[in-house]
Amino acid sequence: MIIYDLLIKFVNWLQSFFVQNPSVLLSDVLAMIISAALPLIFVLTFVLWAVLAERKVSAWMQDRVGPNRTGPHGILQTVADLVKLLQKEDIVASENDKPLFNLAPVLVFSGAYMAFAIIPFSFAYIGSNIDLGLIFFVAASGFVTAGILMAGWASNNKYSLLGAMRSAAQIISYEIPTLLVLVTIIMITGTTNLRTLSEMQTGFFWNWMIFGGPGLSAAKFLFIPFMFIGFIILYISTLAEVNRTPFDIPEAESELVSGFHTEYSGMKFAMFFLSEYANMFAVSALVSAVFLGGYQSPFGYIGNLLHITWLVPIEQFFWFAFKGIFFVLVQMWLRWTLPRLRVDQLMALCWKYLIPIAFVNLIIVGLITVL
Amino acid sequence: MKSAEEIFNLLKEKYNDGVKELVKQPIDAYITCDPLLINVISLFLMTHEDLLFDNLMILSGVDDANGKTVLVDGLKTIEGGTLSVYYHLESTKLRHKIVLRVSAPRENPEVESVSLIWHSADWHEREAFDLFGIKFLNHPDLRRILMPDDWEGHPLRKDYANPEFYLGIKVPY
Amino acid sequence: MAIKTEEMVLNMGPQHPSTHGVLRLELVLEGEIIQKVTPHIGYLHRCFEKHCEAMTYPQIVPYTDRMDYLAAMGNEFGYAVAVEKLLGLELPPRVEYIRVIMAELQRIASHLVAIGTYGADIGAMTPFLFAFRDREVVLNLFEITCGARMLYNYIWPGGLSHDLHPDFVRLAREFCVYFKPKIVEMNNLLSTNRIFIERTANVGVLPLETAINYGITGPMLRGSGFKWDIRKDDPYSVYDKFDFDIPVGTGKHGTVGDCWDRYDVRIREMEESVKIIEQALDQLPEGNVTSAIPKRIKPVVGSVYARVENPRGELGYFIMSNGTTSPYRIKVRGPSFVNLGIMDVLCKNHMVADVIAILGSVDIVLGEVDR
Repeated sequence: MIIYDLLIKFVNWLQSFFVQNPSVLLSDVLAMIISAALPLIFVLTFVLWAVLAERKVSAWMQDRVGPNRTGPHGILQTVADLVKLLQKEDIVASENDKPLFNLAPVLVFSGAYMAFAIIPFSFAYIGSNIDLGLIFFVAASGFVTAGILMAGWASNNKYSLLGAMRSAAQIISYEIPTLLVLVTIIMITGTTNLRTLSEMQTGFFWNWMIFGGPGLSAAKFLFIPFMFIGFIILYISTLAEVNRTPFDIPEAESELVSGFHTEYSGMKFAMFFLSEYANMFAVSALVSAVFLGGYQSPFGYIGNLLHITWLVPIEQFFWFAFKGIFFVLVQMWLRWTLPRLRVDQLMALCWKYLIPIAFVNLIIVGLITVL
Repeated sequence: MKSAEEIFNLLKEKYNDGVKELVKQPIDAYITCDPLLINVISLFLMTHEDLLFDNLMILSGVDDANGKTVLVDGLKTIEGGTLSVYYHLESTKLRHKIVLRVSAPRENPEVESVSLIWHSADWHEREAFDLFGIKFLNHPDLRRILMPDDWEGHPLRKDYANPEFYLGIKVPY
Repeated sequence: MAIKTEEMVLNMGPQHPSTHGVLRLELVLEGEIIQKVTPHIGYLHRCFEKHCEAMTYPQIVPYTDRMDYLAAMGNEFGYAVAVEKLLGLELPPRVEYIRVIMAELQRIASHLVAIGTYGADIGAMTPFLFAFRDREVVLNLFEITCGARMLYNYIWPGGLSHDLHPDFVRLAREFCVYFKPKIVEMNNLLSTNRIFIERTANVGVLPLETAINYGITGPMLRGSGFKWDIRKDDPYSVYDKFDFDIPVGTGKHGTVGDCWDRYDVRIREMEESVKIIEQALDQLPEGNVTSAIPKRIKPVVGSVYARVENPRGELGYFIMSNGTTSPYRIKVRGPSFVNLGIMDVLCKNHMVADVIAILGSVDIVLGEVDR
């Protein structure tokens, strides 16, 4: 990819100050490390904005103002929160299982961050262009489940244990409709690589998967209603995967105090907090990459119009961020409007409604593809 | 709708020894009853088709303080006399009310529990036990409700004095 | 080989976001199903009844406020009615009308708290803030009348402490006009929300015979379908001069007597209260509100039991007088105290999340439970 090649050239140039023949292996490794850190910068900036956005959006919906003291319109609020969390005491109770207790936030954040490896930010950049993108994404959320279970168990607290068990059951159940919908897409497009998938949806917005996919055929128009159903199922299932209301039983504030992260304080709590928002963006990006064209613009590129080719990847990055943030805002909107579902109703929704619908969807799409 | 006299007459003819007299004091007249027969009287009041008292509005203990005040270890204590329980009953169907009163000796106050007849009496009786020391016989779960479980003494009695220390904390300030 | 399972004892301890005060609920769980609920109270016991024996009758009024602090006007009203019954006082009609207006405004404020916090417990945070925004208008009305927003010391035996502010009637009428569409908004946001109905319908069903036997009163009893209201069935003050309806539960979304019915009764009671306030404002006579306040309250020897319809149920005062200026014995029948006794019956065979829903529909205030 373009960014990766640029990075290799950059590292080679740096090396040329110290040695005569720049080592290829060293430049490769250094370029890989820097390339892996780039989404980290994006994620941290996003979380900085997202925490404030959640508080402001919820405030405006509830007829109040939200943070407006730290910086103009409260822009520096997240920075203030981060500084506060950094200087807090890291409390580890004596009865806690220390290795698991300390490992849990690391796992949860790594799981959330791993998912960013396969998401294409633009044509010029993707963390890792493996051919198993979609399957890798679902596997990475398994890390998050393991981390949550560890957090609940190691806290030595009945409430945390309840929260963690509920969360594990919820995430594992809702991976099934996610996978079913993703398999539907795989059937139509024949690839699991998210970059190829995004490339396929090039052109204008009627080439997006939600409108049946690229090309112009009878099958495309037949797909449209099933694609819409699939989109909605995917959105709901990924909402449940990231533990957002109406599926936020694991961290149900008014029932289990704070669920599985009750006992965490300071930087470890900040890790949980960070990974929740990172996860939110990851699934929003996934939904937009699969159904709504990823980084593709709906109208065409200004760079192409003005023949400035290097502008195009930047524009694509802008569209990618825009779509991701739009879905994150919808998630926030849902959180502050809807009450939360009870555990058995949540499970009933998944197993009795979403899975059969996704399954039927899959079969019908499969039939259309074959015929 | 019956008046207090009519209810009293109905009760007296059924339970001559359990029901004692109708005291017409301002503002609410009350019927005095025997503390150990109050549960059969209550069952009769609830089930008789002319009475149908299905709602126990309030059950309160009262310290009559009609004994002799003596000084025991420098503290004013009352000896003898009675502790009373007042029952205010109401019928939601026939719209009449009545007040019952039972008195038990202060040294060993025992009253039959009516909590199996009107379940609202359950917590009221626990409160009367907690604050006055009145023992309700055949109560399903008689223990302190408002004071801590290991408190000594019955606070609402007229001769109650605060203990000096409770769990190492000095009580009077 | 059977697996040995043990019942877990979970403590929803005195400090919990959803128990509305310091209440300890000891739950015996079998997995997620409740076997037994034991409420432990007494954490807020402030010895009101013993304290009253050392004060004179007028001095007791501020202390009655502090029992049910969310419906303080109702508490004062009940005490004033009981003492006036003991003294046989005749009150100027203006006093009676103003007392009714204050009691109904207080009913609206108290029900708004009940509904808002109920929504917040279930997970819908936004109606909570809308309810409190509307409650602010009511508290402003109270503030211009007697100077206090929550604990008033306004309704004295024999009259009132202050006459109405000159702007009060106009502002109260504006409030009535402002509030009616807010009830419609609350219904659209919460009452008809599918998830809220799923959480509350058919949960905690209270059969009518059980309710009367356990001494349940107030919206809980009316939710079970029984039209019993002290304002109509044992009228006090001037309530017989107003035309209003008593809403009862109809089992619209489930069974009669479930949590949704009790919640719905509270919403409809607010509408009826607005009607009463408008009628009272229209009929408000002129007069002197302090003329009937006795200089010294020294009743005859005797006892009285008087009750009023508080937002939470039937509040009763049993006052025994021995002819002096202090009462010999005051016993308060707090509606929350009696209503809380039914928690074990209601929660049998429900899940942990339902305990929160049921407790919210009982609507307790610990100040009244413990006195």
